[in-house]
Amino acid sequence: MLEIKNLHARIGDAEILKGVTLTIPDGEIHAIMGPNGAGKSTLSYVLSGRDGYEVTEGEAIYNGQNILEMEPEERAAAGLFLAFQYPVELPGVGNANFLRTALNAIRRSRGEEELDAVAFLKQARAAVKQLAMKEDFLKRNVNVGFSGGEKKRNEMLQMALLKPGLAILDETDSGLDIDALKIVAEGVNALRSEKFSALVITHYQRLLDHIVPDVVHVLANGKIVRSGNADLAKELEASGYVGLEAA
Amino acid sequence: MTALPTRKLEAWRFTDLRQISSTEFGAPPAMAAAPDLPDLPFPRFVFLNGTLNAALSTAFAYAKPFAPVREQGAQPMALINAANAKDGINIEVPDGVDAGEVLLISQASGATPFAFHPRHRVTLGQGAKLTIIEIDKGEGVYWQNALFDIDVAQGATLQHFRLQQESVEAFNITSIRARIAQAAAYEHFTLTLGAKLSRTEIEADLVGETALAHLNAAQLLGGAQHGDFTTIIRHKAPNCPSRQTVKSVLAGKARGVFQGKIEVDQIAQKTDGYQMSQALLLSPDAEMDIKPELQIFADDVKCSHGATIGALDEEQVFYLRSRGIPEADARQILIRAFLEEALEPVTHDASKAIFEDALESWWGKQ
Repeated sequence: MLEIKNLHARIGDAEILKGVTLTIPDGEIHAIMGPNGAGKSTLSYVLSGRDGYEVTEGEAIYNGQNILEMEPEERAAAGLFLAFQYPVELPGVGNANFLRTALNAIRRSRGEEELDAVAFLKQARAAVKQLAMKEDFLKRNVNVGFSGGEKKRNEMLQMALLKPGLAILDETDSGLDIDALKIVAEGVNALRSEKFSALVITHYQRLLDHIVPDVVHVLANGKIVRSGNADLAKELEASGYVGLEAA
Repeated sequence: MTALPTRKLEAWRFTDLRQISSTEFGAPPAMAAAPDLPDLPFPRFVFLNGTLNAALSTAFAYAKPFAPVREQGAQPMALINAANAKDGINIEVPDGVDAGEVLLISQASGATPFAFHPRHRVTLGQGAKLTIIEIDKGEGVYWQNALFDIDVAQGATLQHFRLQQESVEAFNITSIRARIAQAAAYEHFTLTLGAKLSRTEIEADLVGETALAHLNAAQLLGGAQHGDFTTIIRHKAPNCPSRQTVKSVLAGKARGVFQGKIEVDQIAQKTDGYQMSQALLLSPDAEMDIKPELQIFADDVKCSHGATIGALDEEQVFYLRSRGIPEADARQILIRAFLEEALEPVTHDASKAIFEDALESWWGKQ
């Protein structure tokens, strides 16, 4: 379970999050929608531990630990996964090597045995197939020369292998065609279980046709201004965010 | 004795040899320490403090006795080498012979400063092949001033892979002069990790059509180390490709230098030259000097060069960490990736393994 309590964060002098409070019980998928500049991406970066954001107040408790005090790699080991809005290219780093290093780093920190190359490749190939990706995906350099859709699929591949307890998808749908969108949705839906929860950040309702959220929150001006069930997303699609921002 | 070059000379602008000229170097002592030899099944030449040790070396069919040639050039380092040379390899591979691999090991150690000036000669006949794996190591204060005269005849291929892992108190100046004939190749890679001050200077003359030179290097330096990689490639015949990828990783107050000159004679049409020098500065006190120089007298050539100096990309570091990879490992992965382009042409497995092991131990020390 993730409990975010009265979270305030700033970049330099600009306060972006102004008291976000939100609870995601295990097994649930929550969506955060909101206009540009509401603080959606800031929330995902603060939760995953990126530099440059200062938390001035509040906490984020995941499975009993305040993750805001942890290093990014410790958060990953604790079960957090951030699917990037703009996945980073790593020239010179092979995808398979990267995935195996990440998986083994997490296994190590959990006290599990590391996977050898053969066992890893077996898992990785199965995941690649499941995500309808080409075999050569594993041989290429991480995200280098990938199309927008391929980069997002690569995020889903990482998620499938790392098996997080809590996934944060930061506008993973941006720039995706409908087929890629479905693959992202399948990637999330495949992990759905009582032990898995997700925070899906999106600008549009269409992703939520494929990943049906338990709860939809509206983030505007650094605060959650409304929460409701999946129907709220449809309502927003029709009426827009106008009116909510003033709240 | 010829005086050491000073920074007033354009070719030595970035590398100050006063640390060498202000040190009093004696004759090399007999070496007490046991050498650390790689476990590889190749014939080997083992030099201890600059002298070939027969007991530690093994037979190589194409080795000739040391026979210094008269110095024709006017370069100060070569003249100093010629005046002081006492030993060196002298290899002649006959036409059509694939001579496999040889190890060239230099191990140095002594209580007081000393100098040695190996003078090596490697000649490959037409269509011959040879791979030289060179490892320079040591302890204490010494100066190795080595010189290689290399002649690669028509259709022959010489691979020359060097690991410079000298003592961090030592000085290493290595001058290489290679003459590369028609359809012949000289493929060079140096990994510089050691020495307080080092310079590898390669002059490669492409004298026949489609002769090829690969002069690649990587240097990883920390503390107050100074590493200089200087090349002069002379395209003297048409249709010759030359490739240079030089990567420098500089920590602490280290200083890296790359000077790359490409000369294209009027006759050398269809020259295909590529030169890339990139530096990664891991600390605000590190410094890199890059000087590319193109001198082109032919009108139908392709010569590209590029230089970049930067820091590790923190976005990339965060991406790796967000996947559970500890920060130190994330940085190491990215540094190794940065080096990849220079290491990639080293397709010889045993050499590659030597370089990978040396890099492993470098990470451990940082």
